[in-house]
Amino acid sequence: MLEVKNIRTGYGGVEVLRGIDLSVASGEIVAVLGANGVGKTTLNKALSGLLSLTSGSIIFDGRELAGSPIAAVEAGLIHVPEGRKIFPNMSVHENLELGSYRRGRAGRARNIERVYETFPKLRQRTTQMAGTLSGGEQQMLAIGRGMMAEPKLLILDEPSLGLSPLLVEEMFDLVKRLNGEGLPIMLVEQNVVQSLEIAHRAYIIENGQVTMSGSAAEISGNPELKRAYLGL
Amino acid sequence: MYSPTILIEAMINGLLTGAIYALIALGLTLVYGVLHIINFAHGAILASAMFAVWGLNVLAGIDPYLSILVVTPIFFGLGYGVQRLVIGPAAKGDDGNILLITLGISIFIENALLAGFGSDTRSISSDFSFSVIEAGPFLISSPRLVGFAGSLVVTALLWFIMSRTDAGKAIRAVAKEKLGASLMGIDVGHVYALTFGLGCAALAVAAGLLMPTFYVNPRVGGAFVNIAFTIVVLGGMGSIPGAMIGGLLIGLVESLSGLLLGESLGQIGIFVIFILVLLLKPTGLFGAKA
Repeated sequence: MLEVKNIRTGYGGVEVLRGIDLSVASGEIVAVLGANGVGKTTLNKALSGLLSLTSGSIIFDGRELAGSPIAAVEAGLIHVPEGRKIFPNMSVHENLELGSYRRGRAGRARNIERVYETFPKLRQRTTQMAGTLSGGEQQMLAIGRGMMAEPKLLILDEPSLGLSPLLVEEMFDLVKRLNGEGLPIMLVEQNVVQSLEIAHRAYIIENGQVTMSGSAAEISGNPELKRAYLGL
Repeated sequence: MYSPTILIEAMINGLLTGAIYALIALGLTLVYGVLHIINFAHGAILASAMFAVWGLNVLAGIDPYLSILVVTPIFFGLGYGVQRLVIGPAAKGDDGNILLITLGISIFIENALLAGFGSDTRSISSDFSFSVIEAGPFLISSPRLVGFAGSLVVTALLWFIMSRTDAGKAIRAVAKEKLGASLMGIDVGHVYALTFGLGCAALAVAAGLLMPTFYVNPRVGGAFVNIAFTIVVLGGMGSIPGAMIGGLLIGLVESLSGLLLGESLGQIGIFVIFILVLLLKPTGLFGAKA
């Protein structure tokens, strides 16, 4: 599904990703883990075309992605960003509509219904301004908006960030459920323990490089994990 | 004290003029809401649209109202192009640069108009310019009534675009959340250009509605933009209903203070309001908190 080959990129002269290889196969949940500042968000920006590569390539669905967010969305690589980035001045319904601005427009009505079924709370808030939702509801909206583009692969960047422990639990259940419907998910998280519980495979990133990869079970059992995660 | 007939007539006239002010403010507030800058070229673009309407009338004998159908798409295209090809690339993502570039564009346009047409004041006069409608005891200028109706139609149209179409929703999305919008595959550069184009199109309509009763010279835009800016601040920066209500209010104030204080002091009322709004409610009537 997604094949990332030795990508390098950064900001200005500073290289943040220093040759990253990773892949996501269809049907998988792949966790990309690491502490703050190791390059996870930069990786996501590169994948969704917001940041151009200095070298390496991103193959998605059998084709090389031309580095623009439009190309990524058109191909079905949908990125639900860290901090949600919903449209605060627009209603829940309008946020969802715009999720299908570039892709999935034909299925808009059907997909909105599907999102409301997945997130009954959003249905009660259809006309409410998105900026007035609670943190958990905003995260649901961000994921729902991503679903509107009929993703072939969903990248979730820190979906559990800033949520209460109960909501975090709910969020990971949801990720599992979406994956159960056949959607491959790349889960980018700081929450190592819970991510590994639901992921099939995982990559640990440290200083812009993959320092460890393997099945979730392998990674969980690895004594190096703590060292890598804490970056000590 | 004035008779109620005169007062009411002044109020009607004020509202009619205010609607055109609102139309000019609409473009300004739209561009501000999305690009977060004051478009300093707004007045110069209005002046060139008015010259276009005047030119079509003088050269081709086209009625100013009819010329709206020609000038509006042209100005939409020009606005789109200028944003996409000049302002966008030159700004390099810095809002402060956009400010300077629009200032440069306004100097360029004004001087090009001066070079082309000289500083003479020109107007289109026809019988319709002076025709009035009698409504009971009141005399209402027909071209102003047309201007009022035209402004309302354009505002309604713009409101419809912004709230009901994907393009309008994309504009509102980009206004508040650029990153989120580009992750939905919204082309931010295109949305900026679209917004700038719509702002210029609103000016083109305003030009066509103004020309039957107003004059044009290369510097005519300045007077309108001062008022439009007050309206934008009064209505709330970036708000479309705010621009409409603000425009009507300002028209009313200008007309009444003109009547009570004398024509030359008429604009004092506008700037008193401007200062009061800044002091008491800086976000304006419909403005969101920053």
